[in-house]
Amino acid sequence: MKFKLIASVSKSLLLARWKQTLVAAIGVTFSITMFIGLLSFMSGLNDLLDGLVVNRTPHIRLYNEILPSKIQPIDKSADYNTSYNFIRSIKPKNKLLEIYNNAAVIKTLQSDNRVLGIAPKIIAQVFYNVGTIDLTGIINGIDVEEENRLFLFKDYVVEGNYIDLKNTTNSIVLGKGVAEKMLTNIGDIIQITTSKGERLQLKVVGFFQSGLQDIDKVQSYTSIATAQKLLGESNSYITDIQVKLKDIALAPALAKEYAALFELDAIDIQTANSQFETGSSVRTLISYAVGITLLIVAGFGIYNILNMMIYEKMDSIAILKATGFSGADVNKIFITIALSIGIFGGLLGLLFGFGLSALIDQIPFNTAALPTVKTYPINYNPKFYMVGGIFSIITTYFAGYLPSRKASKIDPVIIIRGK
Amino acid sequence: MEKSILECIKINKYFYDPVKIQVLKEVDISIKKSEFVSITGKSGCGKSTLLYILSTMDTDYEGKLLIDGIEMRGKKENELARVRNEKIGFVFQFHYLLNEFSVIRNVMLPGLKLAKLSEKEVEAHAYEKLKILGIENEALKKPNQLSGGQKQRVAIARALINNPIIIMGDEPTGNLDKKNSEIVFNIFKELAEVYNQSLLIVTHDNEFAARTHRIIEMEDGRVIR
Ligand SMILES: Nc1ncnc2c1ncn2[C@@H]1O[C@H](COP(=O)(O)OP(=O)(O)O)[C@@H](O)[C@H]1O
Ligand SMILES: [Mg+2]
Repeated sequence: MKFKLIASVSKSLLLARWKQTLVAAIGVTFSITMFIGLLSFMSGLNDLLDGLVVNRTPHIRLYNEILPSKIQPIDKSADYNTSYNFIRSIKPKNKLLEIYNNAAVIKTLQSDNRVLGIAPKIIAQVFYNVGTIDLTGIINGIDVEEENRLFLFKDYVVEGNYIDLKNTTNSIVLGKGVAEKMLTNIGDIIQITTSKGERLQLKVVGFFQSGLQDIDKVQSYTSIATAQKLLGESNSYITDIQVKLKDIALAPALAKEYAALFELDAIDIQTANSQFETGSSVRTLISYAVGITLLIVAGFGIYNILNMMIYEKMDSIAILKATGFSGADVNKIFITIALSIGIFGGLLGLLFGFGLSALIDQIPFNTAALPTVKTYPINYNPKFYMVGGIFSIITTYFAGYLPSRKASKIDPVIIIRGK
Repeated sequence: MEKSILECIKINKYFYDPVKIQVLKEVDISIKKSEFVSITGKSGCGKSTLLYILSTMDTDYEGKLLIDGIEMRGKKENELARVRNEKIGFVFQFHYLLNEFSVIRNVMLPGLKLAKLSEKEVEAHAYEKLKILGIENEALKKPNQLSGGQKQRVAIARALINNPIIIMGDEPTGNLDKKNSEIVFNIFKELAEVYNQSLLIVTHDNEFAARTHRIIEMEDGRVIR
């Protein structure tokens, strides 16, 4: 009952100045629209760019790093274990890249319920032979099916069929950049030389494009068996174990745990790609900054219209007070006006923001670097809509705060005397 | 002796702008139920100032003010608003109707604020008041569609809506022509005599004052009669 009365007085004041009110509301609508559009687009872009890395990168990579031993013989001597020991020119010991006993490691990982999946891998340095020239390159021997399940391998094979890599013996999926340099087509036979000097002929069954030029110029894929043959190793030889987790946030902690457990080197995705995180957070920050700036401008619009309303409706406020409305009631009336502008403008803004996002989502966006993307990326995260809605209400509340306080303090005697 | 519904004792009031001047000096007034009292005096003698104090809108004064036997000093702003809403009806020289609301809605506003009755009942009461004032046919119009005299009658209906213990008026006929002044005066008289409504009306129209039950005459901030 009480609120109904306040609302009806608010409404009448609003309608008395509906044009200015509408302009103020449009200000809010515009800023919320831009806020949603911008954030959805920026976030879509972030996801896209992150996806470039995150989809292709294991959450944890287990491998053997060639490094000198951390503990040197002198450190083990009881005579010197309280002193600083300086040793120069330490050389790495003869440790191989191979992960020993990898079957057991993989088994342990597979039974860990924090792990989504595991893909073993062999990384081998090679030369691609083009006539008399040798191009340096890297061949990844992969478990084709697991690689596809965990790292969306198929999406990045832009020509040819990825599964041929498994079904055809001695086959290779060449990096797009490599293929261009070698002028090869699908079905061609190419020759490569391993770092140990062995030569092997492989059939090209597809081209691979990651979107990162530096990778595409160097890397190619074969099956694990082909890579083992290439290196002249047994069929238990692998150099890397790629782990994909259910929760990416656990990667740094689990990397440490696995490194200790298996006595291997382990690197997590966050450490390996910290620059991407920074890029994403800066883009998000910019979107929020722009959105909030727009909202503050809209807030000033509301502040103005309320001040004008109060100035014009001084008489009405005076008589309301004279007939028994308290300062708090008058305050509520103007806060209600401000909030209804905010809610109305904000809701429309959310709607238009969705429309704008949907529109951007339709704009064609073809780039050679991103084979899976056809239109501009948009992230329809409901969180943005919630934040936008809450922001619009908070801003309008603050915009209405001072004028409402001013209205509630109006002294009816001064107004009535003035007549 | 009958109890006073409105009483003020030794009211002093000062203005400080531009220099300190005393506009009300030791004013004592007492109004009883169903009395029709007028306050007269020259322009600038402090009539309006006194009325604003009596109506609780101005709280910056010395002395005692009792409405319905209750001391007003020390009450909070919202409590005073409640007193005005429930116990005092106000009619000013200017009508102060809200143009965005219909006539009936204007009359209902203080009743809705009081919220003792449902909206329907308040509306029924508002019609009753408009009928007493002979303007029930204008109920659905907007105030700016009415004549000056009609507007002032709507303002009186609004003052009556919560059945206040007293109606206060600050030159309510000051803006009206002779004929409309006469109508408004007769309404006041009828309210006093038929409905036992207490009224305290400020006027500088001596003819008007002479026809009320009692005249309080002021001069230079003092009550002289
Ligand atoms: N806000 C104010 N500041 C200073 N002096 C004022 C103020 N309001 C009224 N006065 C003075 O107080 C005196 C009484 O005014 P008022 O009560 O309006 O007189 P009346 O209604 O009898 O004509 C006048 O001399 C007027 O000039
Ligand atoms: Mg006056």
